[in-house]
Amino acid sequence: MDTPAKRTSSEPGAPPARKGWRRFSSRLSSSFGLYGGTSLIVGYLSIIVLIPIAAVAAHGFSFSINTQGWGAAFWHWHFSAGFGTFWHDITQSAAISAIRLSLWLSLSVAAINAVMGVAIAWVLVRDKFPGKWFLEAFIDLPFALPTIVVGVVLLFLYGTDSPIKIDLFETWMGLMVALLFVTLPFSVRAVQPVLASLDGEAEAAAKSLGAGGFRTFLWVVLPSLWPAVLGGFGLAFARAIGEFGSISLIAGGIGRTTTASSYIYNLTQGFLWTNAAAVSTALLVLSLLILIVTNVFARRIQRRLAP
Amino acid sequence: MNHTTRKWSLRLVVILYLGLLVGLPVGYLFIKAFSSGFHAFWIEVTKPNALAALRLSGEVALIAVPVNTVVGIGAALLLAKRKFFGSRALQLAFDIPVAVSPIIIGVSLVLAYSRIGWFGSWLASNGIQILFSPIGIVMATMAISLPYVLRSVLPVLIEVGKDQEDAARTLGAGPFRTFWQVTLPAIRWGVLYGVTLTIARTLGEFGAVLVVSGNITGKTQTLPIYIFDAWDQNFDTVGAFAGALVLASISIVALIILSTLRARERKLHVDLA
Repeated sequence: MDTPAKRTSSEPGAPPARKGWRRFSSRLSSSFGLYGGTSLIVGYLSIIVLIPIAAVAAHGFSFSINTQGWGAAFWHWHFSAGFGTFWHDITQSAAISAIRLSLWLSLSVAAINAVMGVAIAWVLVRDKFPGKWFLEAFIDLPFALPTIVVGVVLLFLYGTDSPIKIDLFETWMGLMVALLFVTLPFSVRAVQPVLASLDGEAEAAAKSLGAGGFRTFLWVVLPSLWPAVLGGFGLAFARAIGEFGSISLIAGGIGRTTTASSYIYNLTQGFLWTNAAAVSTALLVLSLLILIVTNVFARRIQRRLAP
Repeated sequence: MNHTTRKWSLRLVVILYLGLLVGLPVGYLFIKAFSSGFHAFWIEVTKPNALAALRLSGEVALIAVPVNTVVGIGAALLLAKRKFFGSRALQLAFDIPVAVSPIIIGVSLVLAYSRIGWFGSWLASNGIQILFSPIGIVMATMAISLPYVLRSVLPVLIEVGKDQEDAARTLGAGPFRTFWQVTLPAIRWGVLYGVTLTIARTLGEFGAVLVVSGNITGKTQTLPIYIFDAWDQNFDTVGAFAGALVLASISIVALIILSTLRARERKLHVDLA
């Protein structure tokens, strides 16, 4: 019997000794916790995300895989047209102009919101006025709203029947407003915690040495903010370049306002899956690059924020 | 320009920007809702196709949210405990669905599991249809809403540390008891935060679901797709408006929950994006 006396006989603080079956089952469950847990998670991730993404890339480069049998699936691929087809698909002029539109729109949207993000974060962290909590709550709204709701709402206000007579339907301005809307929280929330963590000692020193407010901001505050600003820029850029829902309505159906995502969607509507895969691959590579670069910045910021 | 002018002009610029970009459009949605009256709204929302879409959205969330919650907590426990070979890659892989266009997520599922995809003929011979079916919608939604629980729980878990778990184990608690009685209570706000984000994303997902669902009215239409269809195909702006109002109200409730939780748990602030 497991008496209290027996328990105290082991060293104080050490886990109670387990013997036989108890020890075996404890080891089993803890190793299952590691290996079983890991493989379950990796398996789920593979089915839901990794295998499909690999399928896009493979189809994009026109690896045609014979899936008549399971064994054949992994051995019987031929590089039929390979890179040539991929290049052909993404260099079609419509595809090129869609990707170009997405690129310059996303870059300018990320840049505008990087500047505005710093301004908004500054007001939220350093300024005090009644009703500030309301602004604070506002920031996350674009993140919480479903993209199609953003699309409907913007089209109500800035569409053909605009109550304020601003018609942005089928214009790049309309796309830009939608993208500024959906990327706003990324730009603000990336900068805000870093700004809040600055203790103000360096600023006080700069001011006491005679630097003005703007000069202090430029030479003292901004250097510690810029990794966060760039991180926010990356997140906003990634979001903007893949965005579909919020711009799908205001873009209308004309080629001039067809972004990369809309172009891919149009291809799927015509069941042109290989072409869709090719353009997707181009966009995918871009997005994954941004993800990795942003991650590096995020890590740098975390190290800075850590006490 | 002196200090006060600068402060006021910055304040003004920020308020104007937020007001024009976010406040005006969202405010207009609710003003218009109140002016057109509750009755008109109710008629739109209780149309059979709208109800079917609402139901499908709910059912999809009912499957996707619990699965992603369990996976997210599991992954967070794994990543917080120790660094192992590939742990950074695993964390990065969880972020793929956020970094990649939802349209591409949809296309990727089709190219892997539909009739033209890698495993299509095998799945078809076993009577499983992914494209144009609720299974595809659930998979697309799961993919899109994957990272949120992990992202919310991991920073909290790291902050909480291992001390209490070690203490519990020293006192003789097994791994499951330690999890239920020590770890889970410590991370509960993080979990709730992640679950709220997951629900919001799940109910609102549009692009990925649009590609895989085939947009069959009354059958494979979730609420966002119903809204899109009402506006884009049927020119039914009132129906689209009513649907948008339902989704907007849900996300505002979610937003209130999120900001309450953030006030409670400091660590939740950083990892929204």
